[in-house]
Amino acid sequence: MADSASTDAAGSHEHGAGAHEDGAGRRDFLILAGGAFGAFAAGASAWPLLDSLNPARDTLAASTTEVDLSPIEEGQAITVKWRGSPVFIRRRTQKEIAEAKAVDPDDLPDPQTDEQRFGSGAREQWLVVVGVCTHLGCIPLGQKGTDNKGEYGGWFCPCHGSHYDISGRIRKGPAPRNLPVPPYAITAENKLIIGVEQPKGGHGGNAA
Amino acid sequence: MSTEAHGARRNRTLKWIDDRMPIVSMTEHALYYPVPRNLNYMWNFGSLAGLALIIMIVTGIVLSMHYTPHTDYAFDSVERIMRDVNYGWLIRYVHMNGGSMFFIVVYLHIFRGLYYGSFKAPRELLWWLGVIILFLMMATAFMGYVLPWGQMSFWAAKVITSMVGAVPLIGESLTELLWGGFTVDNPTLNRFYSLHYLLPFVILGVVVLHIWALHTVKANNPLGIDMKGPQDSIDFHPYYTTKDLFGTGVFLLVFAAFVFYAPNYLGHPDNYIQADPLKTPPHIVPEWYFLPFYTILRSFTDDWWLFQVLLGWWGMEAKLAGVLAMGGAVAVLFVLPWLDTSRVRSAKFRPVYRAFFWLFVIDCLVLGWIGAQPAEQPWTAIGQWATIWYFAHFLVILPLVSRIERPRPLPHSISQPVLGGGAAAAAAPMEASR
Amino acid sequence: MIRSPMRSLHRMLAPAAIAAVLAGGAVPAAAPALAAGDAVAPKAVAWTFNGVFGRYDYPQLRRGLQVYNEVCAACHGLRLVAYRDLAAIGLSEAQIRAIAGDKEVDGEPDEEGEPTTRPAEPKDRFVDPFPNVQAAIASNNGAAPPDLSLMVKARGGAADYVYSLLTGYVSEAACKKQFKDSQGNPLAPGEGQYCNTYMPGHIVAMAPPLTEDGQVEYEEAGAPPASVDQMSKDVTAFLAWAAEPYMVERKRMGIKVMLFLLLFTGFMYAIYRQVKKDVKGHA
Repeated sequence: MADSASTDAAGSHEHGAGAHEDGAGRRDFLILAGGAFGAFAAGASAWPLLDSLNPARDTLAASTTEVDLSPIEEGQAITVKWRGSPVFIRRRTQKEIAEAKAVDPDDLPDPQTDEQRFGSGAREQWLVVVGVCTHLGCIPLGQKGTDNKGEYGGWFCPCHGSHYDISGRIRKGPAPRNLPVPPYAITAENKLIIGVEQPKGGHGGNAA
Repeated sequence: MSTEAHGARRNRTLKWIDDRMPIVSMTEHALYYPVPRNLNYMWNFGSLAGLALIIMIVTGIVLSMHYTPHTDYAFDSVERIMRDVNYGWLIRYVHMNGGSMFFIVVYLHIFRGLYYGSFKAPRELLWWLGVIILFLMMATAFMGYVLPWGQMSFWAAKVITSMVGAVPLIGESLTELLWGGFTVDNPTLNRFYSLHYLLPFVILGVVVLHIWALHTVKANNPLGIDMKGPQDSIDFHPYYTTKDLFGTGVFLLVFAAFVFYAPNYLGHPDNYIQADPLKTPPHIVPEWYFLPFYTILRSFTDDWWLFQVLLGWWGMEAKLAGVLAMGGAVAVLFVLPWLDTSRVRSAKFRPVYRAFFWLFVIDCLVLGWIGAQPAEQPWTAIGQWATIWYFAHFLVILPLVSRIERPRPLPHSISQPVLGGGAAAAAAPMEASR
Repeated sequence: MIRSPMRSLHRMLAPAAIAAVLAGGAVPAAAPALAAGDAVAPKAVAWTFNGVFGRYDYPQLRRGLQVYNEVCAACHGLRLVAYRDLAAIGLSEAQIRAIAGDKEVDGEPDEEGEPTTRPAEPKDRFVDPFPNVQAAIASNNGAAPPDLSLMVKARGGAADYVYSLLTGYVSEAACKKQFKDSQGNPLAPGEGQYCNTYMPGHIVAMAPPLTEDGQVEYEEAGAPPASVDQMSKDVTAFLAWAAEPYMVERKRMGIKVMLFLLLFTGFMYAIYRQVKKDVKGHA
C-alpha cells in the first residue's frame, strides 16, 4: 500500500505530512466507529435467526392440557400428554398420602415434602408429575397395576433402575431429582389444567 | 504488496500455522492482492452477489428448520412461519425478496461484464464459471419458488417441467422421471426441496472457483487495458473493502425497503392461494427475473414465420424449439468470447459496440416487459422481434461489429488515462492474452 | 395437456380460456369475456394501515371481526388465523374463549375408540364453516367460498379490491348496460349469479353480503353508524389484519433498520472517502 501510494503521489505530494497525519487520525476514528456499526449490525441480524428457533406462538399456545378429573377413582392413575411429554395423574388413597407424608425429607436425595409438591387439603389427593425420569429421559413404569412400581411403591425407571416413591420423589438409583411437578390448576368443576402460563402477547401490535 | 501486511512472517504463531497450511498468506493474498486503481461502482456487484448468496443460505437454513415439504402442509407451514415463528415473517420476507435482490445484482454484474469486455481473454474461464453460476441460480430459484406451494408455485413447476416433454422420443419418460409421478405432486415437491437445499452449496463451490480465477487473471477495469505495474494497481484492502462496504450499505437499504415496505411487490398475489392442480390461474407469469427467458420460450409458435422457415419445415416441434431457444439464450454466453473478436475490451473505446450494447439492454427490458403480458397480439409479435434481436445481437451483430468497427485509440496505461500523443503511443490491446 | 404443454399453455392463456378458467373458479356456469382492458381499477381507500407509518385501527378491526363473525363466517373460513391471535386486536381471554367455544373441533378418540368433539379453545385456528370442500361446493351453488385468511394478499389491489368488491354490486339492468360478454352482447348474470363492477369478468356467485345499514349492530361504545360502506371498510380492515397480523411490527422495525442502514452507509462512505484520499493522494 505504502509503496504504490508513494509512487503515484510522487508528483503531487503537496498535502504535506501534517495533513496526512490528521487524515490518519480521522481515519482511525472512522474505522473504529464503522467497526462498531458492523458489529452491531451482525448481532442485530443474528438475533432474529436465533430467536426463530425458540418455541413458536402456536407451540406456546398449545402448552396447556385440560383433563376432567371426575371419572378418576381413588387409586387410579391416568397418563395424559402435555407439551409432548407424559404427565402422570394419580388419585391417591389416604394410605398412600400418609405414606408419602411420613418420609423425612432430610433422608432424600432431593429433599422435598409431599406438601411442598402437591399442597394440602382437597388438593393433596391428586398427584400430578411429569413422567420423565430425571436421569436420562426415559418413561418410568408404574402407571398400570401390573407394572413394576419399584421398591418404594411409586414408579420404577427400567432404563437405569431409578426408584420413585408415591410422591414421585427419587429414592434410589442414578436419577438426580424428583419427578417434576408441572404448573397446574384444579377448577371448581373438578377440571385439571396443566401448564397455566398463557401464550405470550400477540403479533406485536399494541391492542388499543 | 506492503510490508506491514505480511503478518505471517512476523508473528511466530501465524508462521507456525502458515508453514503447515498457508491459510494466513492466502488471506493476505486475498486482502492485499493488486486491483486496478480505476474501478468504478459497477465493480461493486460481485461482492454484493456474494453477500446475497450468504444471506440466502443463512435465511434458507433457518427456514428449512420450520418448513414441511409435503403438499398437504407446505402452504400452511409457510404461513405458520409468517404468523407463529418468532421473526418468521422477517426471515421469510428476506429470503423471498433476497432471491430478487440476488438476481438484480447478478444481472448488473453480467451487463457490466458485457459492457467492459470482461469475458475476453484471458478471462474466458472466469466468465464461464459465472455463466455456470447463473444457470445454477436459475435452477435454484425456480425450485425454491415451488416450495410455498401456492398457485403460481404449482403452475410454474407444471409448465417448466413440462418443457422436458419436448425432448424427442424419451420426453414423456423424462418428464415422469422428473415428477416422480404423473404430474407435479408430492414426490416432485420433495425432490425440489432437497435440490433447493443442495444447489446453493454447489453455487458456493463455483463461486470459490470464480474468485480463484479472478485472482489469477486479475480484475478487468473500465479502460479494459491491463495493469502494467504497481502504479496501475492498488491493494484490495482497504481501498476496495471500504468501497464494497459502502456499496453494501446502499444495497441493504434497497433490500430493506422491499422487505419492510413492499415485501410482496415483486411477487404475485396468486401465490397466496394454495396450489390447486385442477385450476389454472388465468394469467401465469414467472418471477420477474425469468420474464425475458419466458418471452423467448413463448415466441416459438407453430405459426411464427421464422420458426417455419428455420425449423418447422424439417419437422421440429415449436415446443422443442422454444425450449432450446430459452436454454440457448443463456448458453450463448459461453461462446461469447469467440463471437466478439474485437481485441479492445471496453465499450468506452468502441462507439459502435457501445450503441449496440445499449440496444441490447433495451431489448432485454422489452423481452421482460412482454413476458408479463398475456400471449396475445400485439405482444406476441413484439416478443418475437425482440427474440430475433436477442440472438442476432450475439450471433450476427457482435461478430460483424467486432470485425468492422475501428476502435478509438487506447490510453497508455491505467495510471495515465489521458492520451499523451498519437495512436502510436496507445497501449496494445490485450497484451496479457499472449 | 401433458402431451403438449406448450400448445396447451397458449390455449390456457388465450382470452376465452381465461374466462373458462375463471368460470371454474369463482363463477359456476357462463363464461363472460375478460379482455385485457376489462378490469376496473378498485376504489382507493385511505386505510389507516397504508404507508410507511400505517397502523391498524384496533376498534375498527374489532368491528370488522364482528361483521366477519355475523355475516361472512357462515360461508367463508379463516383457517390460518387462531382464536388466540385475537388478543392482538384487543379481545380479552374471556371474549376469545366465548368466540372459540361456539365451535366444535375434533377431540381425542374416547375409551371405546369412538371419535369425539370438544369446544374449540384459544389455541385452535378458526373452524371452517363446512366440514370439507365438497360440502362447501354443494351448499353454495357449485362454487366453494374461498378461505379469507389471505384474501387481501391474494388479490391484486389488496384491501382496495376487497372493499370495492363488497360495495361494487350493480343491478341486472345496469349490468346489461355497462358490460359485454365475449360475443359482445350485453352481460346478464345467470341463475344464482350477481353482477359486480370489480370482479374480473363482472360475474360473481356470491350474493351481495352487506345490503342494509345496521345489518350488524356494533357493540362497542363509540362505534360509527353501521352503514354498508362502514361495515365493508371494517371487515376489509379486519381481513387485512388477518392476512398480515405482523404488519405493524414489520413497518416499525423497518424504520429502525432503515435509519440504522442510512447511518451505516453514511459512515462507510466517509471511511471510503478518507481511505481514498490517503491512498490516492487526492479526494
